[in-house]
Amino acid sequence: MESNQAKNSLLSSHDNIQRTQYPYVTGTSVVALKYKDGILMASDMGGSYGSTLRYKSVERLKPIGKHSLLGASGELSDFQEILRYLDELILYDNMWDDGNSLGPKEVHNYLTRVMYNRRNKFDPLWNTLVLGGVKKGQKYLGMVSMIGVNFEDDHVATGFGNHLARPILRDEWRENLTFEEGVKLLEKCMRVLLYRDRSAVNKLQIAKITEEGVTISQPYSLKTFWGFSAFQNPTVGAEGSW
Amino acid sequence: MTKQAANWSPYDNNGGSCVAIAGIDYCVIAADTRMSTGYSILTREYSKICKLADKSLMASSGFQADVKALQKFLAARHLIYQHQHNKQMSCPAMAQLLSNTLYYKRFFPYYSFNVLGGLDTEGKGCVYTYDAVGSYERVGYGCQGSGSTLIMPFLDNQLKSPSPLLLPAQDAVTPLSEAEAVDLVKTCFASATERDIYTGDKLEIVVLNADGIRREYMELRKD
Repeated sequence: MESNQAKNSLLSSHDNIQRTQYPYVTGTSVVALKYKDGILMASDMGGSYGSTLRYKSVERLKPIGKHSLLGASGELSDFQEILRYLDELILYDNMWDDGNSLGPKEVHNYLTRVMYNRRNKFDPLWNTLVLGGVKKGQKYLGMVSMIGVNFEDDHVATGFGNHLARPILRDEWRENLTFEEGVKLLEKCMRVLLYRDRSAVNKLQIAKITEEGVTISQPYSLKTFWGFSAFQNPTVGAEGSW
Repeated sequence: MTKQAANWSPYDNNGGSCVAIAGIDYCVIAADTRMSTGYSILTREYSKICKLADKSLMASSGFQADVKALQKFLAARHLIYQHQHNKQMSCPAMAQLLSNTLYYKRFFPYYSFNVLGGLDTEGKGCVYTYDAVGSYERVGYGCQGSGSTLIMPFLDNQLKSPSPLLLPAQDAVTPLSEAEAVDLVKTCFASATERDIYTGDKLEIVVLNADGIRREYMELRKD
């Protein structure tokens, strides 16, 4: 009995390691695409506590260093931790004071390793990250999942966005979209997501990154139309047995 | 109320098929460029073929993050090898290194299914196939990944390699010419794409011979 307790207390330090087994506060899709001068990225500002809409002004698009833009879906606290990692990374890189700075490719690769490393420890960062940027005329857009799966593409979307937005992007995306066309395309995607993704909210930001740097828009809403008769009286023509 | 746990797995299957054929003086390595998760396509342009040394190429399907980690590790080991020996690693040596690397993670495996193709020290084509934990074998042709069950019997039928039980051992390299082998690979993928949802979008073919490396692409079904 005593030895058992001793054993327990010895082990307890080992047993009490807490790992994220499920997310608490989450953000939904991020959608991004390449356009003529750089990268455009969009995400809404909702923070869901399970299925409760807990926060409504969460900024999920953040500039990283001079050349990169990061968008995150998934656990918001894990995202904030990632931002702290990146702050340190950029700071230490800056301290070399050699005129060099990390580009989007390097930052994406770093995130890739962080995510994969944490999954190897069975303590994942519960996010899907989108990284976009421009450096030396080179546009870059990539994604990393919570277990480290990563790739580059001309347009990417996380979560529901992969189901609902990417088919639209595959249809309508072109190499030389103008800024206005890009924004319009992203808004089209975000509107579909707003209608069909229950955790999406009608308050979003669009961020732009070009050779000149990052600009993140003020939060704004999309115009929606809920007046379809099928919305107003959904059971018409589909009467149940009761 | 019990919290409904959103479960996670450290593994994913990102799909894809890989084929390699060894000829008398060439080696053909091919893989599709689709990367999927579940029923979704993540990207249509992901190369599964990695050049490990001048004369060895690896095509890998399975879990992309593990494959990437494996490729990075092998690249690092090959760099050390070059510094120590002042030459490129041979394909048979790389084959052994790959096996050891996979087995090193026997109890938390790299979920990657590889075929290694290249030219041996005599310039003869060589192909090695692996399982996820490092069992490997030199063969005349090999196939791994989500479409392997569709492609392998077709290759067996077309290439009829001599039994490895024969004594004295017979050479396993295929009798096909390089152009015939490339055509065969294209046929394999065109067929596998019809039935395997994880194979498609584009086929990347790498041909290795005495002249060096050549790359070809063929469009595949995108649905």
